[in-house]
Amino acid sequence: MSKVTVIIDNQEVQVPADYTVLQAARSNNVHIPTLCYLEGINEVGACRMCLVEVEGARGLQTSCTLKVSDGMVVKTNTKKVREARKATLELLLSDHDRECLTCDRNRNCELQTLAEELGIKDVAFEGEKNVNYEDTSSPSIVRDPNKCILCGRCVGVCNDVQKVGVLGFTNRGFDTVVGPAFDKKMDEIPCINCGQCIAACPVGALKEKEEIDYVWEAIEDDNKHVVVQTAPAVRAALGEEFGLKMGTSVTGKMVAALRRLGFDKIFDTDFAADLTIMEEGHELLDRLQNGGKLPMITSCSPGWIKYCEHYYPEFIDNLSSCKSPHEMLGAVIKSYYAEINDIDPKDIYVVSIMPCTAKKFEADREELAASGYPDVDAVLTTRELAKMVKQTRVDFVELPDEDFDEVLGESTGASVIFGATGGVMEAALRTVAEVVTGEQLEALDFEQVRGTKGIKEATVNLNGTEVKVAVVHSTGQASKLLDQVKSGEKDYHFIEVMGCPGGCVTGGGQPHIKPEDRFKKDVKAERAKALYTEDKSKKIRKSHENPMIKKIYDDYFEKPNSHKAHELLHTHYVKRENYPLDK
Amino acid sequence: MELYRSHVLICRGTGCTSSKSDDMEVKLNELIKEKELDKEVKVVRTGCFGLCEAGPIIVVYPEGAFYSHVKLEDIDEIVEEHLLKGRIVDRLLYKGEEEEKIKSVNEVTFYKKQKRVALKNCGVIDPEDINEYIAYDGYMALGKVLTEMEPKDVINVIKDSGLRGRGGGGFPSGLKWDFTSKAEGDQKYVLCNADEGDPGAFMDRSILEGDPHAVVEAMAIAGYAVGANQGYVYIRAEYPIAVERLQLAIDHAREKGLLGENIFGTDFNFDMEIRLGAGAFVCGEETALIASIEGERGMPRNKPPFPANSGLWQKPTLINNVETYANVNQIILNGADWFKDIGTEKSPGTKVFALGGKINNTGLVEIPMGTPLKEVIYEIGGGIPNGKKFKAVQTGGPSGGCIPADLIDTPITYDSLTEIGSMMGSGGMIVMDEETCMVDIARFFLDFTVEESCGKCPPCRIGTKRMLEILERITSGNGEAEDIDKLERLAENIKSSALCGLGQTAPNPVLSTLKYFRDEYEAHVNEKTCPAGTCKDLVSYSIDPEACKGCTLCAKACPVDAISGERKEAHVIDQDKCIKCGACEEKCPFGAIINK
Repeated sequence: MSKVTVIIDNQEVQVPADYTVLQAARSNNVHIPTLCYLEGINEVGACRMCLVEVEGARGLQTSCTLKVSDGMVVKTNTKKVREARKATLELLLSDHDRECLTCDRNRNCELQTLAEELGIKDVAFEGEKNVNYEDTSSPSIVRDPNKCILCGRCVGVCNDVQKVGVLGFTNRGFDTVVGPAFDKKMDEIPCINCGQCIAACPVGALKEKEEIDYVWEAIEDDNKHVVVQTAPAVRAALGEEFGLKMGTSVTGKMVAALRRLGFDKIFDTDFAADLTIMEEGHELLDRLQNGGKLPMITSCSPGWIKYCEHYYPEFIDNLSSCKSPHEMLGAVIKSYYAEINDIDPKDIYVVSIMPCTAKKFEADREELAASGYPDVDAVLTTRELAKMVKQTRVDFVELPDEDFDEVLGESTGASVIFGATGGVMEAALRTVAEVVTGEQLEALDFEQVRGTKGIKEATVNLNGTEVKVAVVHSTGQASKLLDQVKSGEKDYHFIEVMGCPGGCVTGGGQPHIKPEDRFKKDVKAERAKALYTEDKSKKIRKSHENPMIKKIYDDYFEKPNSHKAHELLHTHYVKRENYPLDK
Repeated sequence: MELYRSHVLICRGTGCTSSKSDDMEVKLNELIKEKELDKEVKVVRTGCFGLCEAGPIIVVYPEGAFYSHVKLEDIDEIVEEHLLKGRIVDRLLYKGEEEEKIKSVNEVTFYKKQKRVALKNCGVIDPEDINEYIAYDGYMALGKVLTEMEPKDVINVIKDSGLRGRGGGGFPSGLKWDFTSKAEGDQKYVLCNADEGDPGAFMDRSILEGDPHAVVEAMAIAGYAVGANQGYVYIRAEYPIAVERLQLAIDHAREKGLLGENIFGTDFNFDMEIRLGAGAFVCGEETALIASIEGERGMPRNKPPFPANSGLWQKPTLINNVETYANVNQIILNGADWFKDIGTEKSPGTKVFALGGKINNTGLVEIPMGTPLKEVIYEIGGGIPNGKKFKAVQTGGPSGGCIPADLIDTPITYDSLTEIGSMMGSGGMIVMDEETCMVDIARFFLDFTVEESCGKCPPCRIGTKRMLEILERITSGNGEAEDIDKLERLAENIKSSALCGLGQTAPNPVLSTLKYFRDEYEAHVNEKTCPAGTCKDLVSYSIDPEACKGCTLCAKACPVDAISGERKEAHVIDQDKCIKCGACEEKCPFGAIINK
């Protein structure tokens, strides 16, 4: 791309000709404030925070939409600009539920930060507020329109990235609300609960349905044996909540913290990820060898599963019948673990710490109750875990590194990379390749399926058979890929789909990303790096080599896809109506 | 071709139709047939005549008899007397202010000062008959450009003519055509903005109802000039007659090969379709209009990029409003110089205004640019009713401003109106008399803007609401000392920060009234009085015992029995009961009701 010269605040800079003024400024350390802007997703110039003066232009211009041109003279910090931003922010605040102290996003809110930065001392234009009910109907996502500033970031993500499109602007003018159509509630719409809207929200208008109090209650209850498990991606991001650098893996400290919170047992969902690989890998082999439905598609991501049930029901038979790892572990805890420890499964309370809001909906699925009791009783997001830790006032950063509890805490490098897009595929390939060939793999790193490219493809030779695989992350990309499969344009044997862009490391339940980190860092890659580093450092990096996995098959399941395994570790899916008329 | 001795032109614009001119047309035809006059007399359904105050209107040629306020029951008499016996029905003839009966349409003052370019065929031809349009030089301009001119020549003529956008902003149309023609893209579009939304404005509707082919022809010309083969007219669904006639015009043009492929035997292809709007004011903003056609929520986008470069479906798009297009054919036929001779140097041509409010001749007028406001209001408009004093005139609708009496000599041009804090807008012209409260007028327009804000950007969504709240406080007597300053700060910031033209101009009614009528604001805030006596919460009615003759008319008029008194004795108003409706004041023949 050719470069142009732009003068920003008297500083002459060279930037690519296709840059916006905002990009030009940020890449030269001039920080123009934004609220509605999400690069590549929501570039609508609605919030008016990024207004700048451009020589020769009529009126103030939104730097997020204005392209640079050679010789352009931009001023980002004049009195006129400051006054305009301030007045607009005051207006936003005048129509905002300003109960900051009790807000989920207190000290982590882009609106609050801007109000401080722009020096708002007083909201001069008080008046009527657009008051609407808080929608707590969804098991995953709570929508509070009274906190909403109508920036449209969630709308952009839901429509354009995820291609779900259940959020939009309704009503007009002052009465505008972002929410589902026809004033429907969140549990009446084909929302997939991915929580990407929460991740996009700059304020407290979208948040997870909190389950912290139920968990505290269970911990307090002497009759409950409270078991906690943590997903791979949690350890890659939890540290950010405590000021640690992005990409710092905090596995040991996380375990130590959980122990201090009072959980009876601390297990690793990674163990179940290894179990998933055993089950799913053999399911794939079976389908390949015995003419089963192909391509087989992974089923770890509950956002993706619900998306498939709503929008691509014709692919339901392609989904692996494997439960997602934490549900598998829940089922194992309430059966195998309960048996060997002689605990009644009704007294076991399983808590999953997940990077995900869709897992909350998943845990509520009636069919996921192998023992007769829900496989998982409560799901907390990474953010909720951080809140619990903060509530106990444990100094997280100073905690020692501790290990997961025995048996169901043992895991491999293969399982830890489940948290990044391509991780499940890579873990599966490591196992499937060795099972098929009977030989040790020379190189374990399948680079073709790593990284944050939208659709990744690879062909793997398994004993003379070319197995074509694809990896996508975000349901929007999945939709694109499935359309290609449907039309016959593409043909695969195995597809990994993760519902969230970037996979679980950037799931809807992960710590909120600071606005400056959004443009300074490749968040998906940074967090994934923590997982790939952990994988590298593990002695055992293949699921089928996990000694505890071997033990559980020897002691309990006999072999992958056995009858017992099917009873406990597999599930089924249903076609879901999008807007059923009877609702 | 058949020859008729008489033509009966009956206005079938929305205004007259809503006063039953459709039934009258049916009855006329029935009676004419019954009297076996159908070989001699032809009924022509036309678009709007403009003088809506006098509607329903029927004009009978060759005499030019101008019948006004016609009722269904008058039709018998017109047929019996005028058409059968040749005797003009005097009692139905339009009576101007001059108190004398005027016979011919050509003698009506209302029309004398006008110059009809955009409205040329309105009220003259049958808009549903393409042959009538063709008979009035229709599609000659299209033929001329396709067979004699290169696209760039067409653009040059429009550029040279100095034609500016009639929809509000006044951007030079030729430049827009030029930009679109030069923009890169294999597919281009021509759009017509018929989403007329200013309160009281109806010139675009009238053009589409009275002369739809003019727009069809001009859009085809524009398509040829900029290199587009597809046009869309975005028109509000609340204009059913206009929609129907435009669709007919498109169908007829297609049948005649004037739309479609190889028009006039050339290799030029052009077709067009109608897109209905659901009535959102903001969809008159060009980028919101484009979003709406695309099937998106009608919300504006930031400019740049301008539609000329990235418009409908991100393709280069030319967008002009109805009245702008209505000038194009005649510019092509008569030349740029002809057009420049009308109006002023920087605002050539004419402008159509919808005259409304406290004025005698409400209706549509088309005047040469540069005509002083005074002439429009007093000569064409016939002045203020009931001998009241002129106070201000509002132009430009919710985006415009109020012009006070001492600026009434201002010539009407884009720039002169902007200079005095108003704007041309699409041509709404609302006249106010001494009984109009200017704070209340500002409140009225803000109420409209708040209702019509799309909600995309905070300055408009919340800012206009806050302005309205302050204005409501002031007009209800709860204004606080700092409210006027707050209004000004809000207004300036909304102007500089709002996303689209709707938001940026929304403060104009407030800014202009603050500029010219600040004392009224101050009276409301500081003295809690409404000088015009219209803000209910700030006025009280009482009876001057000296002037009251005890006629009891007021007491009878009062809907809440707040007035009492003996016959032939001074009456009194019970302030607790009074709802300040003003009915007593209207009824009192002695001016005894005091309102302050």
